[in-house]
Amino acid sequence: MALAELKLAATQSRLNSMVMPDGLNIQRADALDRVVTMGLSDRRDEYWKYTNPSSLTQPEPVPAALFHNDEGPLFTDVDRVKIVFVDGVFDPDASDDLSCEGVEIARLSDVTDGWASELYGTLEVNGQTPVARPLAALNTAFATDGVAIRVTGKAAKPINLIYLHKDVVSDAILHHVIRVDEGAEMTLLETGPAAARFNKVLEVDIADNGKFHHVAAQGRDHERRAVTHCFARIAKESVFKSFTLTVNGVLTRNECILDIVGDDAVAHVAGACVGDGRDFHHDDTVFITHDGLNGESRQVFKKVLRNGATGVFQGKILVKEGAQKTDGYQISQSLLLDGDSQFLAKPELEIYADDVACSHGSTSGAIDEDALFYLQSRGVPANIATDLLTLSFLAEALSEIDNDDLAEELRDRLESWLSRRS
Amino acid sequence: MLEIKGLEVKLEDEDKQILKGVDLTIEAGKVHAIMGPNGSGKSTLSYVLSGKDGYEVTGGSADLEGEDLLDMEPEERAAAGLFLAFQYPVEIPGVGNMTFLRTAVNAQRKARGEDELSAGEFLKVVREKAKDLKIDADMLKRPVNVGFSGGEKKRNEILQMAMLEPKMCILDETDSGLDVDAMKLVAEGVNALRSEGRSFLVITHYQRLLDHIKPDVVHIMANGRIVKTGGPELALEVENNGYADILSEVA
Repeated sequence: MALAELKLAATQSRLNSMVMPDGLNIQRADALDRVVTMGLSDRRDEYWKYTNPSSLTQPEPVPAALFHNDEGPLFTDVDRVKIVFVDGVFDPDASDDLSCEGVEIARLSDVTDGWASELYGTLEVNGQTPVARPLAALNTAFATDGVAIRVTGKAAKPINLIYLHKDVVSDAILHHVIRVDEGAEMTLLETGPAAARFNKVLEVDIADNGKFHHVAAQGRDHERRAVTHCFARIAKESVFKSFTLTVNGVLTRNECILDIVGDDAVAHVAGACVGDGRDFHHDDTVFITHDGLNGESRQVFKKVLRNGATGVFQGKILVKEGAQKTDGYQISQSLLLDGDSQFLAKPELEIYADDVACSHGSTSGAIDEDALFYLQSRGVPANIATDLLTLSFLAEALSEIDNDDLAEELRDRLESWLSRRS
Repeated sequence: MLEIKGLEVKLEDEDKQILKGVDLTIEAGKVHAIMGPNGSGKSTLSYVLSGKDGYEVTGGSADLEGEDLLDMEPEERAAAGLFLAFQYPVEIPGVGNMTFLRTAVNAQRKARGEDELSAGEFLKVVREKAKDLKIDADMLKRPVNVGFSGGEKKRNEILQMAMLEPKMCILDETDSGLDVDAMKLVAEGVNALRSEGRSFLVITHYQRLLDHIKPDVVHIMANGRIVKTGGPELALEVENNGYADILSEVA
């Protein structure tokens, strides 16, 4: 069989096992067309050169053992609206009442028309060029649920999407749409592993002067797999800030596709990841397009890898013609705690404006011997010193979180996870 | 307190002998100074005693209160009571100075089988000691040594020494990079720690630090050995005449 036929066969085989939910039928049908036209991702795609997507595209998910979490959920001290999904299924009993000042929250499965149905799939479609993202289109076609959040003012509380994993063979597909109105502001928290296999799409449309803060922690289940896409349209003078913490999980691909379409807008995306073992594979793929004046973007990604773990970073800044005074910054770094682990980085800049400042850097390094000795000479045992230096390495990414309390809680969790290992 | 006999050390990476038989005994409560020209092996001695990687001991011994130092990990040496004030204190971004101090103090207490200090107890002690060294709350909060001036870094070393209460303190060129006022402040910090049960080994190029931290014994080190030992007047001799006279005298 020719390669194209192989891809078609794999795509058909996956689609055969799926049932399209009712509602948003036109959007879903269009998305299905896109999937069929593109074909599902495979290892031969340039965009998947460093990450094998087969377990994300095969008909059935690989079973993932449940993880016994002995330390309680995150953000319990935060006054928030909890929306709980168990293996991708909304749990009304565990969720709070979906009312909150400054936001209107609906379940995706209840959306029939209006802004949410218009937004559904729109940013995903925009994000399909210049690079195809078939797993996102697959999500748009088959997402079983999600939330639609309209932010009309300053949200009184953060909204926390809590993803629980209770079934070893669950295969969750969730799709959220968020519209931040002019001058409005919200914080979205996402916590938990969601399922054995999780495909999530988040579409965020931020109007002029709006603010969207996002903090995610992907859960510590060792065997879970996830592919996530975040598509954002960032208008004039608006702010998008996203941070994701990943600890464990055999396979994670987090794609972030940000379009700065207005002047004086800000887009920050950051991530910290800690991976252990040959089975651990974590991929951050970012594509930021500047199409406004005075735009500012930042990408800060840090990965700690040990015992043969693999980290991947593909980050691109595209500055369109006329997007003058763009300030783009990108840094991706790995801390390799042994000689078996590897970090693969592909930073890219594509610039068509002549008055911009864009920088990118990528490093891989081991624990600094001088710092280690300094700590040991003060009586700190080598394993604890290594943990401290690991936290020190991750600190720059954590400091990208605007809210100090959230950052501190994640830092404390990291500290206890690291110390438990050693 | 510290007893070094015939210590011979070479660099691990290259076949270069640095220490060629160092003999040095420091009694409890005494302050010894080692002076010597560049490349004589002074800093190597401090690193070997505290356990830095990259050196190979090819002969001799070093005991702290009868315990074999050279057989211990660096953190075990610290718990046993050894402290090295670094010539170039290391910057550790992302780790607060306070967290670092508390981790170190409690790690040592734990290693010695003592109870760890609670956050409250620790805070009380550290504030008191920091005040004497003119270290403000901001410096305690900032990441370890990051953005500290030369003087602040050295004061921070002395604060660590004050918190860890070691028995044997080695000061490796603590005067380097300090102006006169900063040096005085650091020396006062050290002098405040002098006690019957605590010994010091002060490594320096210059007499001026020894004006402030008055040594009981002064050694001259050259070419990997201690070549001359005397009282404080030996430091003055170096200051006035340089090393050339002494070295030609012992050659």
